[in-house]
Parts: sequence; structure tokens; C-alpha cells
Amino acid sequence: MFESLTSRFEGILRNIRGKGRLGPGEVEEVLNEIRVALLEADVHLGVVRTLQDRIRVRAVGEELAGVLNPGQQVVKIVLEELTGVLGGETMPITFASKPPTVVLLAGLQGSGKTTAAAKLARWFKAKGRNPLLVGADLARPAAVEQLRTLAGRIDVPVFSQPGDPVAVAAAGLTEARRLGRDVMICDTAGRLAIDDDLMSEVAEIAGVLEPHYTFLVLDAMTGQDAVNVAEAFHGRLELDAVVLTKLDGDARGGAAISVKEVVGRPIAFASTGEALEDLEPFHPDRMASRILGMGDVETLIEKAEEVFEKEQAEAAAARMLEGTFTLDDFLEQLRQIRRMGPVGDVMKMVPGMGQQLKDVETDFDERRIDRIEGIIHSMTPAERTDPDVIDGSRRARIAAGSGTQVNEVSQLVRQFREMRKLMKQMDGAGPKGRGRGPKRGQKAGRRGRGGRTTPRGPVQVPKKGLALPGLGGDDLGGRDPWEGLGSGEPRGLGSSGPPPLV
Amino acid sequence: MSLRNRLGRARGALATRLAVVRGRDEVDAVTWDRLEEALILADVGVATSAALLARVSERAAVEGASGGDGVVEFLKDEIVGRLDRADRTLSVGGAPSVWLFVGVNGVGKTTTIGKVGRRLVAEGRQVVFAAGDTYRAAAVDQLALWAERAGATVVRGAEGADPSSVVFDAVEHAAAQGADLVLADTAGRVHTRGNLMDELTKVRRVAGKGAGTVTETLLVLDATVGQNGLVQARQFTEAADVTGLVLTKLDGSARGGIVLAVEDEFGIPVKFVGVGEGLDDLVPFEPGDFVDALFE
Repeated sequence: MFESLTSRFEGILRNIRGKGRLGPGEVEEVLNEIRVALLEADVHLGVVRTLQDRIRVRAVGEELAGVLNPGQQVVKIVLEELTGVLGGETMPITFASKPPTVVLLAGLQGSGKTTAAAKLARWFKAKGRNPLLVGADLARPAAVEQLRTLAGRIDVPVFSQPGDPVAVAAAGLTEARRLGRDVMICDTAGRLAIDDDLMSEVAEIAGVLEPHYTFLVLDAMTGQDAVNVAEAFHGRLELDAVVLTKLDGDARGGAAISVKEVVGRPIAFASTGEALEDLEPFHPDRMASRILGMGDVETLIEKAEEVFEKEQAEAAAARMLEGTFTLDDFLEQLRQIRRMGPVGDVMKMVPGMGQQLKDVETDFDERRIDRIEGIIHSMTPAERTDPDVIDGSRRARIAAGSGTQVNEVSQLVRQFREMRKLMKQMDGAGPKGRGRGPKRGQKAGRRGRGGRTTPRGPVQVPKKGLALPGLGGDDLGGRDPWEGLGSGEPRGLGSSGPPPLV
Repeated sequence: MSLRNRLGRARGALATRLAVVRGRDEVDAVTWDRLEEALILADVGVATSAALLARVSERAAVEGASGGDGVVEFLKDEIVGRLDRADRTLSVGGAPSVWLFVGVNGVGKTTTIGKVGRRLVAEGRQVVFAAGDTYRAAAVDQLALWAERAGATVVRGAEGADPSSVVFDAVEHAAAQGADLVLADTAGRVHTRGNLMDELTKVRRVAGKGAGTVTETLLVLDATVGQNGLVQARQFTEAADVTGLVLTKLDGSARGGIVLAVEDEFGIPVKFVGVGEGLDDLVPFEPGDFVDALFE
């Protein structure tokens, strides 16, 4: 349903390649593709127009003069503009000199305020603070119970009482002071931005609390209405930032950029899962490529900068695809990939893989991977090299050894076979330019050797994190096929930071 | 109160934009731009908007539109025409029938069940709620409160219990009591989580295993949802064979235009619309009202 911007550009790029520059007509064509991509990502129409104008000015201006690959240069401009709007910095959270630091959460019904409140409490607690949660959502049935249950899991006290939400908030603040809690997080009822009475109520709560941080909790799946909502809340509450929830889905989250552009407030936190740990400070630089659905755009940018020929890159990828692959390699690559973040997310970053993997099972549950590791560890070297030898009794032994079920072992072997098949198919569909690339590595042909289980040292995962289960990273004659694709830490995959959002 | 009246409060910039189009005698590029703008701002989506406008422009050329007003009327007519084709009846079969409510987190599944239950009870049916959301803290309590208000009984499992077994028990309970319908709540889940979607498939299968028959699987969509609504419709249909949509929170400023795209692409009709927080704030979907509200 969603095409990546890169693949959208491909047709246009093909036409202009060789010409070496974009004419005004082509710029408009490209801009139209950008428009569609942004609208499908739920970026607000008005913001799309502003962005288009800015991109047009840059794209037809002198920036493209003398550039070898103007199409990719345009992609770079788009990314820069998006990142510019989102702001490059993660919003710092400071603490009040006179505690407690008061945080007020507001938003529409169902945006995830109560869960966000508990997640924030957990985050503050992990920072060594002592938060108090205040349940001022007295409208939704059982909202306070929900807050209490969640708070119980992270051992954070909750204050609430029946009656008036404004009074609860005020009493909560007193309670926080009395208990010496240094952070107070106030959950409020969901309300429609057009409901004057309820908007006045939350404004009153803000008046009583004088919060240090007022966060709008916003669902990442919100469409064009996000801007109206943000403006309405901002008008009444003077928001400090947005907490973006449900970013663990596949919504592009165009709402984030719309809100930033229209009300000028950043995204402070993003919620990326159901567990209470799944809340992270938001990294704006990682959001731009998600909005465009572009996979690892950083690589593309490097490509544009270093004018790496597309044919060469494709040839390199094809050589990787040809490598035969053992469960040992698979295991090693799983480990490498897991270091970068959730596997399913990492897979989506691989340029060009989005399309091929669209219909394949790309949903990797992390715990499932633990089990997969266990299963492979319980295999003999021979089994790891050639899973076809695994018969019923071997399956039973492996299952017993890894504490899994026989059918899980079968499933893994079956999936592994399918993956190899997929690699072959992808290989078959590989680019024509392959033959022009350097010859395949000298060490190829491992299949005939047999018996090898442990890879020759750890499998080299390319710096860009482009290795996948199913995309062998070795057998390349020691040559890194991705060299020339840029160097240094990939910006979207900082190893020190939390898992990428894409 | 009609949907149109309910949505009166949400009128805004869109109406002003379209008023400009309507007021013009000329039909030109500006007209089409404004119409597309209106559709996109209502979350109808680029592709569906383009398809609609192509049809309208064809009709305007053939039948001749009387200025901007005529074009707007063609557009409304075109949308209503498409929406009118769908069968929006809710299926009740042999007792007990099971209606399963599915959707992502926070769209209003539990609340919707309360309101649907209320309607059914008012129609004289005996209704059982199955508290199949065993994941979200206090979801069961929330449903129990709704059951009390609606006059339904609720069957619950322990927190963290297998939702399939809770739904199964509710169906058995309903059969024993001679109840007509089981409204089964499920935990909100993001549709990209394969294991949770598998769980949903199981819930649906198990719900029809005993005495009951699943006659409706209703995907609850929040009116504020953007283009991701399409992906949700596809994924939930794959997992649980969705038979209809419930569009919630349409009393806000969001238009819920994505349901046009969903009906268009997947043929899944909207069956209910949620227009407020009260027990009676759920109405059957009326294409004419919906389209009026979309543009006025």
C-alpha cells in the first residue's frame, strides 16, 4: 500500500539519469511524488505545501548545478527539510529547583494518556527520581484503577479521590509535597478539543498545578486532524511538547511533523511498545526517514554524497545474495542485528528490502528469537550446516535440549529453508548489471566443503547494518561490498542510543 | 438526534473552504484543488480522493454542472452513491450469536460494546459481555461498569487469562442462559504484532467452536485515524475476517474520511458511528448524514 519514496522516484530517476540535471518539469514531477508520500504519511496538507515550496526553491536553484545524481540529491534535500522541521535535538528534561517537578498530560480519548503517565513515571524512576502519579481522569470508567494497576507494577504511589478533577489535581500536588516526591505526573481525562467545558476544566487544572511540563499525548496514527487538536490544546494550555504514542505500529507518524511545524512544539517522548519500559526520549533525526518510509535513508544520502554508482551497489548486493548460508551464520547475524534494536525494525531499514519483504513474515517477536537461538544451540555442527539432515529423532533431541517443542524446531528449519529460497529468488531477480561488478569472492563455494560450523571469526556485518538473516555477509572474498557507501557510524543507528524508531 | 446535528459543533474551516467553491460560477482548476483539499483534510486519502474527483469531473463534463455548487453536489452524490451500495445490516443468527470487537489500542472498543449492548437490550435482547481484554489493566472493570449501565451480564476471566477461553466461557454461559448475543471485547493490539494478531485469529475461531456462531467481527476505528486506517483494515481482516466497521469519536473535529477508502478498497461497510461519551451516543451509519458532515 505504501510505496517508499525511493521506489516512487525510481521511474523519474531513470529518465533523468544520464541527463545529469533536473529540469523544472522533472522537479514538479518529483515534488508531486513527495506530496503524495507525505500525505500518505498523514503530514498535514498545509505543512506539505510549505515543504514543497521550500524543496522547490532548493531543487531548482543552484544546489543541483553540476551534481552527478540529481535525483538522489533531491532525496537529500527532502530529508534535510523534514529533519529541519522536526528539529535535530532531543528535548532535554530538567528538574525544578523547588520540587516537585510537575508534569501534566492532556489529550484526546484513547491517545494513551494513562499508559503514558505510568511509562513516564517509570522513566523518571529510572532516572533516580521519586514520582507520584495523580489520577485526575474521573470520567472514564476504571481509569484510576488502570493507573493504580500500572503504577503497582513499577512500585510508584498513586493519588486520587472521587469528586472534582481540579480538586484532585490540587490535592495531588499537596500530597506530592507532603510525601516529598520530587516528580508529580498528573493524568487527565480524554477530551475533545472542541469541547469547551472540558477544555476549560483542563486549563483550570493547569492553572492550579502550574506544571513545569505540559505534554499533549498524541496517537502516532492520527490523520489530518492532529494539527487542529494540537492547536486547540496549545491555545488553552501552552504545551511544552508532545508525547507520541503507538509508534510501534507501522503508522508513518506524519502528525509529529505537522504539530512541530504548526504549533512549534517538539516531540519529547515516543512510546514504542506496550511494556512500561517502552518509552524513550524522541530522536527527531530518526523520524524523517520513517515519515518518508525510506528504509535506511542515511545510506542513500551517503550515496548521493559520494556519487556511488547504483549499478555497482546492486552488483554488490547480488553477490551477497548468492552466498550460501548456514544456521550458524544465521545465528551470528541474529546476534549482530539484535544489538541494533528490534529485528523487525532493523529489517525495515535495509534499502530496497521493504518491497521484497513486504509479504514475507517480517514480524520477529524478540522472545521468539531467544527460542530460535536456543534451538540452534542445541544442534550439532553437522545439523547447523545442513539442516536437511534433521529427522524426527534429531528434532526430538533438539527440542528436548532447547526446552522447546518439536514443532518449533520443524518450523525453524522450514523457515530457514524458505529464507534460503527467498534469497535465491531475490538473487534471480537481481540486477542485470551484476556481471559488470568485480568477480565473486575467491572463497565462494562453501557448500562443497561441508563440516564447517563456526564461521571464520564473527561474520562481518557491514557497518550500515545491512546484513539480514537471509543475506549472507561473508563469502565476498574479504571485500566489503558496502565500502564506498559511506563510513562512520550510521546516523540512524547510533549504537549508544535506544533502538531506532523506524 | 441526527448525526448531522450531533456533528454540528465540529464544523470548521472545511465548510468555509467549500463555501468558496460553491459560491463560484466558474468550475476551474481552483475548484478541483479546493475539492481535493477538502477530501484530503477529511482523511479520505490521496488515491480515493483522486478516484472520486475523476468520476465527478467526468459527470460534470457529461451532465454539465451548474457552477461550483453543482460540482459539490455531484461529489456528495458520488460518495453517497458508493456508500449506498453496502449492506449495513448486523447479522444475528442462531442463539447465541457472537459479535467480536477488534481494533488497535484506544479506539474505544470497550465503550462501543457498552453502547451496542445498550441498544440491543433496549430492543429486548438478552446480551452477555465477554471480557476478552485480559491485558489492559482494569479493562474488565470498565466493561463490567458498562454492563451494569446497559443491563447486560458480564463474563470475566482472571487478569492475564487466555482471552479465547474467556470468550468461550461467555458463549457457553450465554447458551445456558438462553441469551441472544455475546459481545466479545478484545485487547487493543497494534496490527503489526504478528503474535497478537495470531491470538485474535484464535479468539475468533474458538468463539465459534461451542454453542455460538460468530456473525459479526467489527473493527473499531477512531475517526482521528489517518491513512494507517487502511493498513489496520487489511491486517485485522486477514486475522479475524472483519465484517464491519464502527467509527468512533466522530463528534470531534476529525471527519473519519478514511472509512471511504476502507469501504472502497476492502468492501467493509461502516455499521455504527460513535458520536459522544453517553450511553446512547451510538447511531447506525447513514451515508447521507455522514457525507453532509464530511463537507458542511
